[in-house]
Amino acid sequence: MKVEQISVFLENKPGSLEHATRVLRDASINIRTLSLAETSDFGILRLIVNDVEKANKMLKEAGFRVSKTVVVAVEVPDKPGGLHSIMEVLSVEGINVEYLYAFVEKSGQNAVIIFRFDAPEKAIEVLMKNSFTVVEGSKLYEF
Amino acid sequence: MIYNEEFETLPREALRALQVKRLQQVLERVYHSVGFYKKSLDAAKIKPHEIKSIADMGKLPFITRQDLRDNYPFGLFAVPMSNIVRLHASSGTSGRSTVFGYTKRDIETWSELMARSLAAAGLNKNDIIHNAFGYGLFTGGLGVHYGAEKIGASVIPMSGGNSKRQIMILQDFGPTVICCTPSYALHLAEEGNALGVDMKSLKLRVGIFGAEPWSKAMSAEIENTFGITALDLFGLSEVIGPGMAMECLEGRNGMHIFEDHFIVETINPKTGEVLPEGEEGELVFTTLTKEAFPLIRYRSGDVSRLITEPCRCGRTHIKMERVLKRSDDMLIIRGINIFPSQVEAILVAIEGLEPQYQLIIDKVGALDSLELHVEVSDKIFSDSGGVKELQKIEKRILKDMKDYLGIAPNVKLVEPSTLKKTDARIIDKRHI
Repeated sequence: MKVEQISVFLENKPGSLEHATRVLRDASINIRTLSLAETSDFGILRLIVNDVEKANKMLKEAGFRVSKTVVVAVEVPDKPGGLHSIMEVLSVEGINVEYLYAFVEKSGQNAVIIFRFDAPEKAIEVLMKNSFTVVEGSKLYEF
Repeated sequence: MIYNEEFETLPREALRALQVKRLQQVLERVYHSVGFYKKSLDAAKIKPHEIKSIADMGKLPFITRQDLRDNYPFGLFAVPMSNIVRLHASSGTSGRSTVFGYTKRDIETWSELMARSLAAAGLNKNDIIHNAFGYGLFTGGLGVHYGAEKIGASVIPMSGGNSKRQIMILQDFGPTVICCTPSYALHLAEEGNALGVDMKSLKLRVGIFGAEPWSKAMSAEIENTFGITALDLFGLSEVIGPGMAMECLEGRNGMHIFEDHFIVETINPKTGEVLPEGEEGELVFTTLTKEAFPLIRYRSGDVSRLITEPCRCGRTHIKMERVLKRSDDMLIIRGINIFPSQVEAILVAIEGLEPQYQLIIDKVGALDSLELHVEVSDKIFSDSGGVKELQKIEKRILKDMKDYLGIAPNVKLVEPSTLKKTDARIIDKRHI
């Protein structure tokens, strides 16, 4: 029920993001979704890709610092209150969200929210108990 | 004015004779009281009594900063701790720092040397001295302080930092003399300008500067900005502290090394060969009168040139030019001495970090700025991959640099490729 995210360390300087996307293009990796966390002097590019192992390998070979992180993907209807319905449950259960980002499925019906939790197992349990659709990694990579 | 007329104007022959006598005494003393010297003299197959002239000095082995570190903290002290009344130390983590002890008489000697220095700058008991050298383990602040009290001047023990307060005191207390690093003086002028203070309107007459290299252009700038005479003070904490050599008001060309207390030699840093006086080389100092922490042929790493021409001030002691170069990789940043190996030791002590780094030194306004670029190690990033964890490491590096080396660099984590582009660990963009 967990999804693997690739995190790439980037310096805040022109060309560093371009270098990472070039490596992915050359390896024919498709980016499903991404987000970029930034501080004053570095950034971390977070990616959900169609081939985690290959992306990890190619980026490492290109000299990047890469790590794999477990995240949780949850499907919600793409309409007002969609995200809120999840947050309400997490809030009641006292589950802390470190960060999140989202994308809309090709069908346009649903949005997928990618969550990073301190305790992913507990979060998955709570979400399933409340009838949310937690998306499998394999499904997400190949959407 | 000459503080100690008798010794500072001793004819050179008499001075040489005094040096030889004192050298023989100190050699006998350290040979019997400091294990290191017994070992090093025995290894060189030389006995103290075989040194009969200054020319014989070349037979004596050197002592280096590494020897000082190896004997951290008290291994080179020549007296029991009960006779030590003061300890000073350089920055650095255990094993990379050096500690200097003083007996009561050493403090008196040091005070007199500083008193001589201040007198050479034309100061007396009517002066008010704004002392902005750092107080504490660093020798600058207390060294100047004791000398200032010895000549009966009024001392303001400012230490460094708090620039706005410094400006206020410069205005309100009306000091006639300022002592600090030259770059700090220019920084104070910038702060003063920002506050609308005309530095020329202050009562300052003389500035005594040291602890970092500074150019002639910088002295001229300080003199113009403050409307003062800027003089050069030299000292090494390892040897005794400030007051080893001082530029005189009359000569304005080089600093007199107080030769009744030190023997100075210039050597070729590569071969160790003694160079004729007047040739540029690494300065080597021997202490003649120090009791607690005597040094025999200490390789300072400072590169300079001795000036043998007689000086119009009447002092017979040899002079040295300003130190603008080092024979090793020591950096002087805001008056603080730093070795790359010390930075390395700090980085490897942090779990998961590798000592892959670059130091970039530049000037921001008058002051030195330091950037420390550290490679994000594979271990650290694959363990976390998080922003918070990396920021925690940046903070830890900054804190350890502050705690151990007394300097707060701008710490930046970088990709491995950034450091690979250049092999240089040190990029010094300052122009002196």
